[in-house]
Amino acid sequence: MSSRSASTAQAAPGDAGTRAADRAARRRNWWRDDASEGVRRNLGLVGVLIILFVIGFLTKPELYGDPSWFASNLLSILKLASGIGVVTVGMTFVIIGGGIDLSVGAIIALAGVWCTTVATQSYGAAGMIFCALAVGIGVGFVNGALISYGRLVPFIATLAMLVAARGLASAISGQQTQVSRNDTINAIASTEPLGVPLLVWIFAVVVAAGWVLLNRTTFGRRTVAVGGNAEAARLAGINIRWHTLLLYVLSGLCCGIAAIMLTSQATSAQAAMANLYELDAIAAVIIGGTLLSGGRGTIIGSLLGVLIFSTITNLFAVNNLSTEAQNMLKGGIIVVAVLIQQFRYRSLSQLLGRSKTTPATTTTTTA
Amino acid sequence: MTGPEVPEGTEQRVILRLTDVVKTFPGVRALDGVTLEVRAGEVHCLLGQNGAGKSTLIKVLSGAHRPDSGHIEWLGEPVSFPSPQAAMKAGIATIYQELDLVDDLSVAENAFLGHEPRRFGLLRRGHIARRTRQILGRLGHPEIPPTRAVRALPSAGKQVVSMARALSHEAKLIIMDEPSAVLAHDEVGNLFRIIRDLTANGIAVIYISHRLEEIREIGDRVTVLKDGRTTAANLPARTTPTRDLVSRMTGRSIEYVFPQRPAEPPERGPGTELLRVEGLTRHGEFADVSLTVAKGEIVGIAGLVGSGRSELLETIFGARRPDAGTVQVAGRPLRPGSVAAAVRAGVGMAPEERKSQALLLGEPIYRNITLARFTDYATAGLTNAGRERAEAERIAVSLDLRPPGVRRPVGTLSGGNQQKVVVGRWLLGRVRLLLLDEPTRGVDVGARAELYQVIRRLASTGVGVLLVSSEVPEVLGLSDRALVMREGRMIHEAPAAELDEDTVLDLVMAGSLMKEVAV
Repeated sequence: MSSRSASTAQAAPGDAGTRAADRAARRRNWWRDDASEGVRRNLGLVGVLIILFVIGFLTKPELYGDPSWFASNLLSILKLASGIGVVTVGMTFVIIGGGIDLSVGAIIALAGVWCTTVATQSYGAAGMIFCALAVGIGVGFVNGALISYGRLVPFIATLAMLVAARGLASAISGQQTQVSRNDTINAIASTEPLGVPLLVWIFAVVVAAGWVLLNRTTFGRRTVAVGGNAEAARLAGINIRWHTLLLYVLSGLCCGIAAIMLTSQATSAQAAMANLYELDAIAAVIIGGTLLSGGRGTIIGSLLGVLIFSTITNLFAVNNLSTEAQNMLKGGIIVVAVLIQQFRYRSLSQLLGRSKTTPATTTTTTA
Repeated sequence: MTGPEVPEGTEQRVILRLTDVVKTFPGVRALDGVTLEVRAGEVHCLLGQNGAGKSTLIKVLSGAHRPDSGHIEWLGEPVSFPSPQAAMKAGIATIYQELDLVDDLSVAENAFLGHEPRRFGLLRRGHIARRTRQILGRLGHPEIPPTRAVRALPSAGKQVVSMARALSHEAKLIIMDEPSAVLAHDEVGNLFRIIRDLTANGIAVIYISHRLEEIREIGDRVTVLKDGRTTAANLPARTTPTRDLVSRMTGRSIEYVFPQRPAEPPERGPGTELLRVEGLTRHGEFADVSLTVAKGEIVGIAGLVGSGRSELLETIFGARRPDAGTVQVAGRPLRPGSVAAAVRAGVGMAPEERKSQALLLGEPIYRNITLARFTDYATAGLTNAGRERAEAERIAVSLDLRPPGVRRPVGTLSGGNQQKVVVGRWLLGRVRLLLLDEPTRGVDVGARAELYQVIRRLASTGVGVLLVSSEVPEVLGLSDRALVMREGRMIHEAPAAELDEDTVLDLVMAGSLMKEVAV
């Protein structure tokens, strides 16, 4: 990076003139600068979204040209994205922290089924919400404990949880669909404060909270440190085990929230609900530019990843196209996103490559 | 013990010649003019400290890296290996320390991995087994069954399989990267016997080891690398004095500029004692270590890699749990095995491996500086990036970080400036004791002098410093008091001013080879 070499050559650091020059150099190198990479990636994702809408306009000009249809379609895309979106926020934290959570879909099913049992429903809406969140947090805690203190690989621990939690869900429900008879719960999906569905509001609040948590709190800072270099975090006095456990609890909490949202939408819950949500959430996180190896990622990127997926689903539905073609396209998008990520990663590892060797210094050798 | 003697004048022909080989990675000249000459049938030893460029050199020879410039001549022809397969095919085999075998395949399958004899596209299993048995016999290990899974073999057996693989390629040169590191003592003798058999048949061996006594025993000639350069080539392995080898490895080349020691040594007594370590032990790493550090005192530990010094520092810091012994900071016992407790007690550590143990390379400089303290600036869990930047800026200015500015990723800084970030991390908040593990590794001369100044300045404000270094002059020049560690034990302690480098080198290496030289 030329900005670096330019500023290394400065004679008087801190001088106002060189500062300005430094800033100018930074602006020139914005497109190559590591610090701005996240922003650039997200701009690229916004570009993909715009392209999807342009395709929609080209294929169905009579619909996309109609502002009121367009607005309501936009809301239905957001509503479609809301449940999986909430899960994706939790998943983003887990992946930035260097882990993975395959059990999110199963946690949703367990939380949904548990909170719609006749016994739980008798406690009213508050009881059902409490139950769903508690189940999410509880399962997340077990995941986290197995991984942090039981030293299981996250993939294995959460895979086991995926199987076990769905099993428990179908045992509780007796493989029946459990109808929610609570009007308050059922109304969550149908209320639209200020003309925007409550589900979308919840989604927005979770995303905003996730953004603040990641970028503005000590919790977020620890997450990046643990995922980026666990040893460095440990030697800086961070309790990496406890923090890792908390990440899975957070993911479980997000699943609990999503369980209420999905139960409300369907006015029922069953053991097979939220099927393959883990894959959708992981795919959205990866498309959003989060490194699967941890240490780097953005909430906004994950949000855009979710929106791209639901926009594609919506686009195919509007055009009456098959879900098969849709899934193939999604698969292709994941591959392209990972290819881009690997390309970026290579330049990052070149940066890291320096660590392997001592810089050859300007020593002179004497015999 | 004598191997095949290669007296001057009647040498075998040169099979490999490297001239001025240079290999750079972004920001680093890993190889900066390496010259190497290997003759058929000799054991050519490569000596050098960690980071001297040995690994990169091996990778260039084995085709894993391509040099930026310089010449490689193999069997009299200039060559450039585009891939490890090409180098293998040309007859250069490499046995890496971690033995790149496939654990679940059999011995024979591993030996012929990647070049299995085939007929009509089918493996000739019988043929492969027969040839493997032949090669194993040649290596003196006919008892290893070719059908056995490699997983079931001990390290020494795996190493034999690696060598069988090299021979299956008809290798004329075998590069062995620290082959004795994975072996028990008696197994090393067996390894040497195999090496002698190989060289007697005209195969050349490049032998890499930290253990000088092995080089004495098996080596014919020695080439010494330092900072990516050949500092001495083709020294006779048996007769070159140890001090010559060590000084070419460790320095003498660097102009050390140490800050002035204070006129009177820091006071030591019950009231000023900052760190007290008693009987600290970790089985297999170090045993019964006791030491003290006073306020404002710099204590240096000299010792070779593997003497247990880094493990000792990490145990004091709580990153490892001791098997026995206690650590007290300012009179209060430290909870064993808890980094957080050490940090709370005002202890900071700059670990040996800057990049893998200390830094978040992609994160901004200021976040790396505040990594251990960002919670202190936060209110109700919300970080205060502005305050963090201001504090980091203050540290950056006081350490003269270059280039200035704390927002860029720390990975873009030079080694010396990265080290300043690691040390600077502990200058936020109240640090009482700093543990520095190889504080100047990979740091250029100018930045070294600056770091020495920083360390001395800290000590003058009452901070105690315990530092570890492989470079003896650094320990002697910077410390008030020096300790010498060998094979996990503290063997000597003296005011640094009363020690000289030769004495310390003698102590550091005693038992291995000084005796042998004296004979």
